[in-house]
Amino acid sequence: MSASGSTPVGPLVEPGRWKLWVGTGLVLVLYLLSLRGAEVSLQRLLEGIPLLVRILGLMLVPDWDWAGRSLAGMVVSVQVALLGTTIGMVLAFPLAFLASRNISPHAVSSYAGKQVLNLVRTFPEIILAIFFVAAYGPGALAGMMAIGLHSTGSLGKLYAEVVETIDPGPLEALRAAGANRVKVFWYAVLPQVLPEFLALSLYRFEINSRAATVLGLVGAGGIGTIMVQALQFRRWEVVGMALLVVIVVVTLIDTASAAIRRRLV
Amino acid sequence: MHVAFPGGVQALRGVDLAVRRGEFVAVVGLSGAGKSTLLRTINRLVEPTAGTVWFEGEDLTRASADRMLEVRGQIGMIFQTFNLVRRSSVLRNVLAGRVGRLSTWRALLGWFPRDDLLIACEALRKLGIEDKAFVRADALSGGQQQRVGIARALAQQPKVMLADEPVASLDPPTSHVVMRDLRRINDDGITVLINLHFIDLAREYAGRIVGLRGGEVVYDGPARDVDDAMFEQIYGRALKADDFRGAEAEG
Amino acid sequence: MISAEPRLKGRLTLGLLAAAALYLWSTAAIGAWPGVIWEGIPSFVRLVRGMFPPNWAALPVLVDPLVQTLQIAVVGTIQGALLSIPLILLAARNVTRQGWIYYAARALLNLLRTIPELLYAAILVAVVGIGPFAGILALTVFSVAIIGKLTSESLEAIDPGPMEALEAAGANRLKTIRYAVVPQILPAFLSYTLFVFEINVRVSFVLGLVGAGGIGQLLLTALNLFRYQSALVIILVTLAAVIVIDAVSVRVRQVLV
Repeated sequence: MSASGSTPVGPLVEPGRWKLWVGTGLVLVLYLLSLRGAEVSLQRLLEGIPLLVRILGLMLVPDWDWAGRSLAGMVVSVQVALLGTTIGMVLAFPLAFLASRNISPHAVSSYAGKQVLNLVRTFPEIILAIFFVAAYGPGALAGMMAIGLHSTGSLGKLYAEVVETIDPGPLEALRAAGANRVKVFWYAVLPQVLPEFLALSLYRFEINSRAATVLGLVGAGGIGTIMVQALQFRRWEVVGMALLVVIVVVTLIDTASAAIRRRLV
Repeated sequence: MHVAFPGGVQALRGVDLAVRRGEFVAVVGLSGAGKSTLLRTINRLVEPTAGTVWFEGEDLTRASADRMLEVRGQIGMIFQTFNLVRRSSVLRNVLAGRVGRLSTWRALLGWFPRDDLLIACEALRKLGIEDKAFVRADALSGGQQQRVGIARALAQQPKVMLADEPVASLDPPTSHVVMRDLRRINDDGITVLINLHFIDLAREYAGRIVGLRGGEVVYDGPARDVDDAMFEQIYGRALKADDFRGAEAEG
Repeated sequence: MISAEPRLKGRLTLGLLAAAALYLWSTAAIGAWPGVIWEGIPSFVRLVRGMFPPNWAALPVLVDPLVQTLQIAVVGTIQGALLSIPLILLAARNVTRQGWIYYAARALLNLLRTIPELLYAAILVAVVGIGPFAGILALTVFSVAIIGKLTSESLEAIDPGPMEALEAAGANRLKTIRYAVVPQILPAFLSYTLFVFEINVRVSFVLGLVGAGGIGQLLLTALNLFRYQSALVIILVTLAAVIVIDAVSVRVRQVLV
């Protein structure tokens, strides 16, 4: 925003201000156009809100008879997340080093590694889950594999970024002292990356816990299965109970994970 | 116009102060002596726990929240850290001073009547920074930023100007420039109440000095009667070099 | 790990045993034995084979649903951003003075954040019916939660000076917010909105899998009808779109920030 110009008279028009107005106008136009395409009408909105409120009220009185089953289902979802994240960690570990520019043997392999990771990462977990359900049948196994595969990609990319930003100092020092590649890796690289890897994995676990609950909606086990049935039969109190369990458990996991992560990094 | 009040507990104790219209009063004392609290008690940014604050024959401690907003509009305030909105232009910052008098509706929309714009520009002109009207506030030097702060307070067309250590963050020459701006404002008829811990500035520009120590008033009299020994009494310790601002502004 | 004290060793062993037990239990509960996984691979390969060659003829049909997918993301994000504004102000300690309102707002935001978007979508489909309307509502709620949480945290870190100055000048709460808070927080708010938009675009591609509209709906239909070759085309288009959008948004962020 430039200065200059004598004492202004009239409406307040600052030099760079028009950008804000044009931007807002564009957004408004975009919004209105999109509304039409998305089949939204004022009528639907007005009809929908009281319905939503009524059902919300029903959900707020959870059906405690289902507490045991909901909890059991949630436990399965968490187990899916646990195993899935672990698979992701294990598979991502070597891939990350392959994909990182400073550790990878060739520039080509680093590029290839990155592309593989990106490809796997871009697949939404839920689509992977549908495939695994088709191949392995419905159940938590399919969910675990979907999460495992997707996590490999996303953890791999994050791990690779960590590897690429390590301090080369300790590596040089050890090499100068005559250590071979393995020793350099074990004593100079690993100690730098492991805490970060763990922190990232914990964060991934938080996300995967949420994902695992959702995968059940397409048949991949856990609490999602209960949810899908309750929704089908419009048993709102059961939905409320399942939601309650999800909220409580996810919050617990988030809090615990955040606490551990703080002490890691 | 008359400001008088006994203060509250802890930060201020038994403060009984009367300021007359048009005075230039410097409040001096060590940090923590209660200067900031004193200033903020006047416009009730800080609530006095006991006692009253009178402004033009009205007891502010009994004033309603709405009435306080109106009163604050008549009292301008400038701060050590300038308190400008960094990303906004100078003009927008100064216009914020007019916001108190606008209806909430117009203020939220930013529809300033033309008179407000003229008042804001006049304030900028008085401080000599009208050419910086559209510059982002954080692009200015410290001295210029403080003058924007003064312009903002001036735009309120206040009767009183409260200044909380306005020059503590500025270098010596700029400090004098700002002090002279304040003196000019005082000459225009606005009462000035300023917190300072620079002895020489207080002596040079103020008409009257009030000394605070430990939350109590230990001196209250004309500025020219205060010598170094008196200051040492107010501070409760020997004077040091950085109690003086030094330097005269060029020109 | 030269010589660890016996107590530390004991603790470590205990921890490892506990972890091993946890994993064993989980594996058993899910039935994720390596043997089972190995046996399932042939049927998986068969499935993937059945998807080739992709049915490219289906491409033109996909244009409208693709557009609708983006529209869902746009509407959901904008609505979410607008609706989050009051919550943001309420959930910031330096704007909201009454303690209990602040805690309630914070709690609400945290609550909304724990529920995954697709779960919102599934529930809303059961409430308002299949179609993009449910998807928009789901994304709206999700956006409010994320934009709300991120912005309110940034809000608590702004410079309190201008707020004090405006109060001293006689501005009421609303005016103070407009002139001292909004200019400081606006860039962060817009940045977070864009960030959430990126997430929402990705999510909107799969909303249809639970019935909430967009191209995911077509994918579900194709899979249910065993039209795997069409399904592959849809998946490929989805992948391509996600990649393109990621690249575009990286550029847009560079320009804006």
